[in-house]
Amino acid sequence: MQYFTGMLAESQRSIINRMRGQILRMSAQAGEGHVPSSLSILDLLYVTYSQFMPAPNEITDSVNKFVLSKGHASLGLYVVLAEMGYFPSGWLDTFAKFESNLGGHPDSRKIPGVEASTGSLGHGLPIAVGIALGKKIKEQDSKVFVLIGDGEMNEGAIWESLLLASHHELGNLTMMVDANNSTNRALGLGNLVEKLNSFGWNAIEIDGHDHREIADAMSRVTTKSPTAIIARTIKGYGIKEMENNPAWHHASPNSEQLASFLEGLE
Amino acid sequence: MRKAFVEVVDQVMQNDESLILMLGDIGVHGFRKTFENFPTRTYNIGILEQAMVSVASGLSKEGFIPVLHTIAPFMVERALEQIKVDFAYQKVRGNFVSVGASFDYAALGCTHHCPGDVGILLNVPDIQIVLPGSAVEFKELFLQAYANPHLTYFRLSENPNANNFPVQFGKGKCVREGTKATIIAVGPILDTVLESCKGLDVEVIYITTVRPLDKELIGQRCKSEKILLVEPYYSGALLPELISLFSGRKMTFELAGVPHEFLSNYGFAQEHAERIGLTRDGIRKKLENLING
Repeated sequence: MQYFTGMLAESQRSIINRMRGQILRMSAQAGEGHVPSSLSILDLLYVTYSQFMPAPNEITDSVNKFVLSKGHASLGLYVVLAEMGYFPSGWLDTFAKFESNLGGHPDSRKIPGVEASTGSLGHGLPIAVGIALGKKIKEQDSKVFVLIGDGEMNEGAIWESLLLASHHELGNLTMMVDANNSTNRALGLGNLVEKLNSFGWNAIEIDGHDHREIADAMSRVTTKSPTAIIARTIKGYGIKEMENNPAWHHASPNSEQLASFLEGLE
Repeated sequence: MRKAFVEVVDQVMQNDESLILMLGDIGVHGFRKTFENFPTRTYNIGILEQAMVSVASGLSKEGFIPVLHTIAPFMVERALEQIKVDFAYQKVRGNFVSVGASFDYAALGCTHHCPGDVGILLNVPDIQIVLPGSAVEFKELFLQAYANPHLTYFRLSENPNANNFPVQFGKGKCVREGTKATIIAVGPILDTVLESCKGLDVEVIYITTVRPLDKELIGQRCKSEKILLVEPYYSGALLPELISLFSGRKMTFELAGVPHEFLSNYGFAQEHAERIGLTRDGIRKKLENLING
């Protein structure tokens, strides 16, 4: 396993940039995908899969599980799963095509390593709560990680799930919040650390693009309280023209833009 | 039927460690012994139906067989998307057991009525829908179906039939022979149907599994080519499937059931049934019109 520390070494940076390039190419080719949301969580996903998830040939009932609740950021998940060998990298070229396994939202029936089909917001967290409760009943030591969006926290089912997770003392559950503030224009969430602590969670705030901070936060051990990692991120991170620009939310680069963005990554 | 539900869950819990009971803060007293006997597999989840369904999906993914229980509108109408996406689409098994069928909770008003549940759920691909006619039938059908790899909706009724028939999941039964017309009676409406057709030369097919519908039996019967479909929920939910089944044949259909309107009165379920004509006399009138028409 590779372990990235706070400042990325050149070789490490090149892996992340390569995956950013794959995300851009897939979106440009398909004319589909939520690129900025995927770039927002790419570091979180990479640290999760490179350090906390089993290798594809080590998957059993008792290993750690991960659920991407904000399924529209599927491009990020796909490039990381391909990087880790969950499926052939050639699949990436089929993104959003009619018979592809890789759609705009991840499908647990089609993709190895995808635990839950998500897309409609507010479903992944309670599914992860159920998985964590199941592991607790079975007295398994493994953990459950779930990644949700801060905009997704508008959904009532999220807050229902937060209550359930703390009430049932799911210390084996870690929720990462992709806190990129993209939906503050609609509904402000206030101080999430305070809110989540008041809901009985063990909440901390980190830089969601710092691999060491991510890994340290994910390594925290609690016995009863579920863990919430408020990961401060930048939507579109790594592509300056996209960063915090809502016009790119569900837009794909044209050939000129793609060439320009790829050049910027080099 | 609620007592039978408690009994059959207790029975299965003892033999099948994968069964998990999840209550939406109803039936807690009824299941008090289950809480005592199986504390790690019995949960009063609370009044949060959307999360309850998704959490159940997660438990099912971990190998458990969840049994969810609450009042029909809150389960089916409030949490429909969770039922569709987190169970049906992902092919996750689980059992949803509702109370408050149609207007069983008559006095509580329209917020607690749910005559739309069967029609709504028929739009969910791969779902199984069961309407037992009695407590004994519910037990038999639950035992037959609870562990199969599907999402199954069991609809309990406060007004069951007095008599039981041998039931088999996915199978209907011809409970009365006749030649002038066929009545297809679903679940707890059977007693009323049998009363309505006394002295008439009609056959009665009894259905307790709405999906998968026993098309083989229905297709073999119905020689008169006149069908009265009697459903104890919004009328006509099964009609498209029957039309498809008899495609190319000249059939005459008549419908009896709950009309598509809000039943804004209170009182008792029987009063609502009389108001909408879902009674012995109301069904007989439709039957006679069908035979003589």
